[in-house]
Amino acid sequence: MTLMPTASSTVGPYLHIGLTPLQVHDIAKDASKGEKIVISGRVFDGEGQPVPDALLEFWQANADGKYATPEDSQDKPLDGKFTGFGRIPTDKEGRYSFSTVKPGAVPGPGNTLQAPHILVCVFMRGMLRHLYTRIYFSDETAANANDPVLGLVEDAGRKPTLIGERTAGKAEYRWDIRMQGEGETVFFDC
Amino acid sequence: MSEAIGYKRPAAGTQPNYLHAPYQSSIKRAPNKPLIRMPQTLTELTGPVYGHDRVGPLDNDLTKQHAGEPLGERMILSGRLLDENGRPVPHSLIEIWQANACGRYPHPGDQHDAPLDPNFTGYGRTVTDSEGRYRFVTIKPGAYPWRNHHNAWRPQHIHFSLFGPSFMTRLVTQMYFPGDPLLPYDPIFNCVTDQRARDSMISKFDFETTIPEFALGYHWDIVLRGRDATPMENKK
Repeated sequence: MTLMPTASSTVGPYLHIGLTPLQVHDIAKDASKGEKIVISGRVFDGEGQPVPDALLEFWQANADGKYATPEDSQDKPLDGKFTGFGRIPTDKEGRYSFSTVKPGAVPGPGNTLQAPHILVCVFMRGMLRHLYTRIYFSDETAANANDPVLGLVEDAGRKPTLIGERTAGKAEYRWDIRMQGEGETVFFDC
Repeated sequence: MSEAIGYKRPAAGTQPNYLHAPYQSSIKRAPNKPLIRMPQTLTELTGPVYGHDRVGPLDNDLTKQHAGEPLGERMILSGRLLDENGRPVPHSLIEIWQANACGRYPHPGDQHDAPLDPNFTGYGRTVTDSEGRYRFVTIKPGAYPWRNHHNAWRPQHIHFSLFGPSFMTRLVTQMYFPGDPLLPYDPIFNCVTDQRARDSMISKFDFETTIPEFALGYHWDIVLRGRDATPMENKK
């Protein structure tokens, strides 16, 4: 039997009622291993205005490169109650921030290894279907150069939109989303 | 990893485009550049086991969250969460949110001049059972005006958020009601060009689940992306 998948729709302007009761800002809370980091930034629309009604979801492996789900059959250890999942709305200035641990590397297609990264799922009023993008890390130059997904971005000028920039001397990264125009974030069809 | 079976991609017209000009908010929020096609890796083929431990037995009854009974027409909303191969999606979190019977949300952004109901928040959650079934008790939401165009009204709807087994099955959508006269005028409902796909967002009145002297039943099945029959690596 083949069914047609239900059509997507926007979260609308009142997304907070439905999607913030189970929000998760502090992914690092349950981690016992790995470098604790903070990632923050802003979301901008095509006119450069902040988006105050977006919701971001994050999904990542633990410090050993293992996802906390039975769907990941790799022979690597789980880290206690660490889920690797985050969900946060943007504030009135389009800002978001969350704490986590830097993920380990996970396998890619064939025999490749992916650079450490976080999947980001983007929802907002005005968006009829969520978008997927990724956060890589600016201090992983060598791994990023060999990453099979970053390698799909032919325009080298767009790659920085996928890379969180580490603040000198701090375990903090800055990563913004731009929906359109100069520096438009790379989104993936997957 | 090379053995992983990915999820099917949607058929043309069955999912909305990012830019749908009649829905004005999409104009400055849709990517201008084409999306970059990528294979589904372990990252995309996994997803959170999320929220199950935070769902209480009354969280699926939106009429029991306050001291008194909310105003409006009580309804029982039930159905199944399936994948496109027809398999039930068990033990999966469902979150819903909706306006009250007057078409008003308890949200600072909602300035519609209709009364709030102190006995209705309009948020519920549940987890599907072993056969993918879910059930909510709620109030039928009202239609409400919005400023998209002159005399714009949203049809009655309930927002749904669904996970399934991976981030590829993630879905946020809206459920509508049969016979709603506002449906032909709504740019959000009509953003899907395939009529079958559009109609799949409309629930059915369900006499079987209607409870005598208490509430009308509505039925709505939700279908998430399903896995492809063949490993992705073998496909050209």
